[in-house]
Amino acid sequence: MKFILSEEQMLFRHTVREFLEKECTPEIARSGFNRERWAQLAQLGAVGLAAPADEGGLGLGEVDLVLLLEEAGRAALPDPLIETSMVAIPLLREAEANDLLLEAADGDVVMSVGLAGSRYVTYATDADVLLLQLGGAMFALQRDDVKLQLMPSIDMARPVFRVEWLSEAGTKIGEGADLVEAAFDRAVLGAAAQLLGIAQRCVEMAADYAKERHQFGKPIGSFQAIKHKLADALLMVEFARPVVYRAAASIAEVSHHRERDVSMAKVYAGRAAKRATRAALQTLGAIGYTQEHDLHIWMKRSWSLEAAWGTSDFHRDRIADEVMG
Amino acid sequence: MDLNFTPEEEAFRVKARAWLEGNAPAPMESMDTPDGFEQHRDWEEHLYEHGWAAVSWPREFGGRDATLIEWLIFEEEYYRVGAPRRLNQNGLFLLGPVLLEYGTKEQKERYLPKIVSAEEIWCQGWSEPNAGSDLASLTSKATRDGDEWVLTGQKTWCSRGVYADWMFGLFRSDPSSERHKGLSYILVPLESPGVTVRPIAQIDGEPGFAEVFLDNVRVPVANTLGPEGEGWQIAMSTAGFERGVALRSPGRFMASADRLVSSYMAREHLVSPSLRNDVINSWMEVEAYRLYTFWSVSRKLAGGTIGAEASLNKVWWSEMDVRLHDTALRLLGEDATLPLGDEHWLDGFLFSLAGPIYAGTNEIQRNIIAERVLGLPRS
Ligand SMILES: Cc1cc2nc3c(=O)[nH]c(=O)nc-3n(C[C@H](O)[C@H](O)[C@H](O)COP(=O)(O)OP(=O)(O)OC[C@H]3O[C@@H](n4cnc5c(N)ncnc54)[C@H](O)[C@@H]3O)c2cc1C
Repeated sequence: MKFILSEEQMLFRHTVREFLEKECTPEIARSGFNRERWAQLAQLGAVGLAAPADEGGLGLGEVDLVLLLEEAGRAALPDPLIETSMVAIPLLREAEANDLLLEAADGDVVMSVGLAGSRYVTYATDADVLLLQLGGAMFALQRDDVKLQLMPSIDMARPVFRVEWLSEAGTKIGEGADLVEAAFDRAVLGAAAQLLGIAQRCVEMAADYAKERHQFGKPIGSFQAIKHKLADALLMVEFARPVVYRAAASIAEVSHHRERDVSMAKVYAGRAAKRATRAALQTLGAIGYTQEHDLHIWMKRSWSLEAAWGTSDFHRDRIADEVMG
Repeated sequence: MDLNFTPEEEAFRVKARAWLEGNAPAPMESMDTPDGFEQHRDWEEHLYEHGWAAVSWPREFGGRDATLIEWLIFEEEYYRVGAPRRLNQNGLFLLGPVLLEYGTKEQKERYLPKIVSAEEIWCQGWSEPNAGSDLASLTSKATRDGDEWVLTGQKTWCSRGVYADWMFGLFRSDPSSERHKGLSYILVPLESPGVTVRPIAQIDGEPGFAEVFLDNVRVPVANTLGPEGEGWQIAMSTAGFERGVALRSPGRFMASADRLVSSYMAREHLVSPSLRNDVINSWMEVEAYRLYTFWSVSRKLAGGTIGAEASLNKVWWSEMDVRLHDTALRLLGEDATLPLGDEHWLDGFLFSLAGPIYAGTNEIQRNIIAERVLGLPRS
């Protein structure tokens, strides 16, 4: 038992954080996907993290992916990292679809995924290739092979689409329950990791504000009602973190508790994000209820990710089914 | 990152499990009753004779040199078989680690073996009638007279103080000092002339608390643990440990969570379906506590420290425990407040309610988290 991050993992996280602090400021986070930044992310190794080293990747594992996505959540990065790095690339690797894998890892081909567990496809017009599930199989489709309808959403930097499959077009890249279920669980873990990063960022944002903002002649952070609210939010964040990392290990090790552990990651990260965003809004007061302040970006991302890839209620039931099964 | 136990750790578990399964006693009376006390002491002696009383202590003092991970494994196995609460937990988990860190060679040799063998039972004498959360306002005094301390004052809420042989306490040894300065950490034999112990019945009716009055009690200066006047720093190292994993390892909560799940499953068709969510929420909270513990203990083993994070830990386990027992009682419906049958949740429920109060109230913990982890200004 050695439940710690390695030096390399901490260094990698640090590198990603520095990059995103520069390249994904809150201004940029509002504006949506951008190909130039995607190319830079690919150069950093972030996109093809999980691709084998001889397929343009870094050959790294789920824990590294989780760290990457946690940082993406922290920065509210509006790019399809869950879709491409977390789901598509491991799926292409499993299916030995090597040409597509190489292009995706290089950042040349942006990918998105549509799985049976989800009604919508995110970033569909930004993606070059969509991996869609039909029955128990996964197909690769070009954008022209489908009809896309952009849905109205409160989180427009993470656009969601309804997808209609036009013809018999598309290449089957693999099939089987193992393949599609693993893809779904990866997406869930990716959302959990981002929610964790969002929660962390909101606690920090609120604590910083509470030190600066004065009322009654004192920083509002000296009032116990504010202190305890933020302490509770931090508690949720700190206890969600090992839950999320453990889920990464369960995927990496093909644990027979994978579904349970991944679901628990989504429930816990979702709970931390909810607690942290609410605490942050209350701490900021009216300014937090505007679009002039940045908080709403993280709040909205937390809502859209909570709703994506199975809500907390869905996942709680999945856990109960295993624990009480 | 490796969440699997090593072969050595697995072997340790197998050994601990085999011994515990062969030796765990039948349920006992409350340790706060005279009979229950003797039953618990016999069990402690038995643990000691077989080397299981304090697995993480050095061998020379009756331990097994087990790693912290192995200690956590032992705790899981211990509570899995439903073994009794630890009679000498103040000595084993609070004083012991402090003696190991700050004690002189003589002190270690004098006290540790009798803690581990349960020959001497310890209580903690920190709180006073007017010093609870604001512990640094305590007024019990230690006045120097040659190579003796003369102790006067009153301690209260001492758990197991009624049956204890010794008390480790905090005393103001420098009369001109204030607050956290000038306190000394002193070990007091409760048989000393001038000590009066008055039992106080806890909520369950048993004398789980004691008030300890000290009227010119003489103890050797050699009974001071750590440097004179630095008792606060030393006491806080115990406090950190108490809030952290030492007092409440995940094992006992895991056993409760398993019991809760079985209890629910046995009644699933009799109770409201809304209980299912509460049961699974409790199961998850315990699982998260287990993971958080391995996460923080691994960091400590890799050379890190557990600082103010111990406060996060304390808030979590204590509030989780209350919710878990609350759910358990709801499963029992009308029988909740009647200690009937073989479902014993009521004692655990009562005990859980104290968790947010002792070892530093949860309000104080939240202040610590906000100020020391988040850096918010003091009030
Ligand atoms: C079961 C049990 C066992 C115990 N065992 C021992 C023992 O063995 N030895 C020992 O020395 N003590 C023991 N204690 C005592 C325990 O340490 C104290 O109860 C605790 O420190 C709180 O002190 P108090 O009870 O005087 O409450 P108070 O300090 O009077 O607090 C009352 C309420 O006010 C709140 N409050 C106080 N200050 C603040 C603040 N600054 N901000 C916000 N809220 C505040 C508290 O959180 C609490 O809710 C035990 C207590 C219990 C319940």
